Amino acid sequence: MSKKMNFVPDLLPKPAPKARAKEGEVGRRSFIKLLSALTAGAIAMPDKAEAFNLDEFLQKHFHQMTDEEKQKTMARLEGEYNKKYSRDDFSVADGGPQHGVKYGYALNLSKCIGCRKCTHACVDENNQHRGSEERGDQIEYIRVLEMEKGSLDVEKSVHDYTHEVPAEGKYYMPVQCHQCNDAPCVKACPVEATWQEPDGIVVVDYNWCIGCRYCAAACPYWARKFNWVAPRIPDEEVNPDTHYLGNRPRYKGVMEKCTFCITRVRKGLNPACHDICPTGSRKFGNLLDKESVVRRIIDQKRIFILKEEVGTDPSFYYFFD
Amino acid sequence: MVDYLTFVFKSIRGMFTGGTRYRSWLAFLMGLMAVGGYAYYQQTVHGLGVTGMGDQVSWGLYIANFTFLVGVAAAAVMMVIPGYLYHNKEVKGGVLLGEMVAIGAIVMCLLFVVADLGRPDRMWHMIPPFGKFNFPVSMLAWDVLVLNGYLLLNLHVPGYLLYKKYKGEEPAKWLYLPFVYLSIIWAISIHTVTAFLYTGLAGRPYWNAAILAPRFIASAFCAGPAFIILVLEIIKGWTRFPMGDRIIGFLRGVVLIAGLINVFLLISEIFTEFYADSAHVASARYLFFGLHGHNALVPWIWTSITMNVLALLALISRKFEKRGVIVRNIPLLMLIVAIWIEKGMGLVFPGFIPTPLGEIVEYMPSANEWMVSLGIWGVGLFIMTVLLKHAVDIEVGDVKPS
Repeated sequence: MSKKMNFVPDLLPKPAPKARAKEGEVGRRSFIKLLSALTAGAIAMPDKAEAFNLDEFLQKHFHQMTDEEKQKTMARLEGEYNKKYSRDDFSVADGGPQHGVKYGYALNLSKCIGCRKCTHACVDENNQHRGSEERGDQIEYIRVLEMEKGSLDVEKSVHDYTHEVPAEGKYYMPVQCHQCNDAPCVKACPVEATWQEPDGIVVVDYNWCIGCRYCAAACPYWARKFNWVAPRIPDEEVNPDTHYLGNRPRYKGVMEKCTFCITRVRKGLNPACHDICPTGSRKFGNLLDKESVVRRIIDQKRIFILKEEVGTDPSFYYFFD
Repeated sequence: MVDYLTFVFKSIRGMFTGGTRYRSWLAFLMGLMAVGGYAYYQQTVHGLGVTGMGDQVSWGLYIANFTFLVGVAAAAVMMVIPGYLYHNKEVKGGVLLGEMVAIGAIVMCLLFVVADLGRPDRMWHMIPPFGKFNFPVSMLAWDVLVLNGYLLLNLHVPGYLLYKKYKGEEPAKWLYLPFVYLSIIWAISIHTVTAFLYTGLAGRPYWNAAILAPRFIASAFCAGPAFIILVLEIIKGWTRFPMGDRIIGFLRGVVLIAGLINVFLLISEIFTEFYADSAHVASARYLFFGLHGHNALVPWIWTSITMNVLALLALISRKFEKRGVIVRNIPLLMLIVAIWIEKGMGLVFPGFIPTPLGEIVEYMPSANEWMVSLGIWGVGLFIMTVLLKHAVDIEVGDVKPS
């Protein structure tokens, strides 16, 4: 480790589901109470009930829409989001992949100190659900594993550490979507709601996903996250600069995932996790460009692929130096 | 056409006429449906967050029940083969009943999958040309196809045969026999495809094992016929349906042999996992012995194995075969429960524990989830009941042309 830095993780990791006890309470009420609630018609709709929306119901798959339909849909979505988050500056873009670009990520395990700043910058950028009172389940795309020195076995890792980092005898391995070229999640989806873009990013059409979660079962990197409840983002925390296939607000009951910050990278910026990292462990770039930093790392350093044996051909590499 | 409509009308009227016991049973099942309907309403309003599932264990009770019921549905083939291929007259007389059970089971399978969807309103996304159906790449797409196909086959064959019986005509062979043969292969395929759903996932070592599909078939042909025997016992005891004695004896034999094969495959699996003691053993260790102090499934799986072994010993000894209707069927009931546990607590849940990143989060279904599941069982048993009643009505001549 180059420089000893002490960080206290700035947010406690999400509580284990045991702490989500409240969710079962609907059913734990006595049957009689339940019946009386029924007869009294006392079933309260939640405050922000998602009203049925015909345009949304009939919305086509992203690939089936004409450019004109896409523009119309995105304008409609901007209006909906502005209304929902009491703003007037929402933008939903659909910027496409650039020719000759294939994104890759390299992460320096010798430098990472496990501070989880990447995890939280990601949540801010990508408009993830901030957790509900009942479940306390903020959606996070990056899970930082505290690993035993001398072992690459993730089963020995600790996910919910709260002590100062880096700790003695440990190293840290952040894991997020590996944007696999032979992605099991893409194969699994029964409705083609998830696919790999030509620049390597695996995306989800949030208006096409049926929420079967087969992709989540298929992913070897535990990178796919589901909206178990209607996602909640405080108005003042929402990021209005969005992409159709990326960080636009999601719906209850659909899957989402890391897109290497598609909104940013398709504008030539780096992902949010890359820019926030205080140690410089994260390197991002174009795998097809021999001069790019990622390409130089792959060519010159000792790199490895997590779970290479699963054979998904990821665009995400780890290295030591 | 008018003939057919009269048939449908009379059949439906027949389905809902019966003694007090019959009607109370239907009322009870409707009660279950009401409970399930209420719980499902809660789920659609609040999201799948009302279940015990989470990103760590992202499939639970619904998919477990689905997997178990695919086996029950496939089991009808155990009567179709001797009945139609080997022309065993006695078994042939009961085939229709087995197929009615299959219809109810398939409907439950489909309902359990729908209950598990985050966006059931978008189911049309699967139907071409409006939707996009990821066939043949996605195993789930295959499963949707084979299940619906199996449902159609099982609606057509008994539907046609019963109508002909009602009219007192000989059925035309070419109108049903090809479908019967097709349904034999199809029955094996529904359970195989369901197994492939799991074994195809390289990122889940607990499921990514070739033994899974054979084990699925073995356990299906154990629990499924056991379930059918219980149904036959009820029909035999409470209706005038002409049922031979040997059909139940034959099915008990099937249950025993399939059960023994299932246990053999289980032993092979346990040996391979634990003797080598590789890194892949974590899920199995969690299931059978607990892992790092987490052991929610341990009592379940040992209960299942104990019941499995005891029931098979009872079947081998043949001591209970001639006893009263309750005693002789207890081993079968035990096998059904044991294999139901084996599919859910033994197969689906531990596949997610630990997660691919090594995190251990335990899962137990929430009350709301149990209620939805009960409701779906209510629907399935209701469908089975009225269809079986219909088959009996036609067979004994309670419903006939005027």
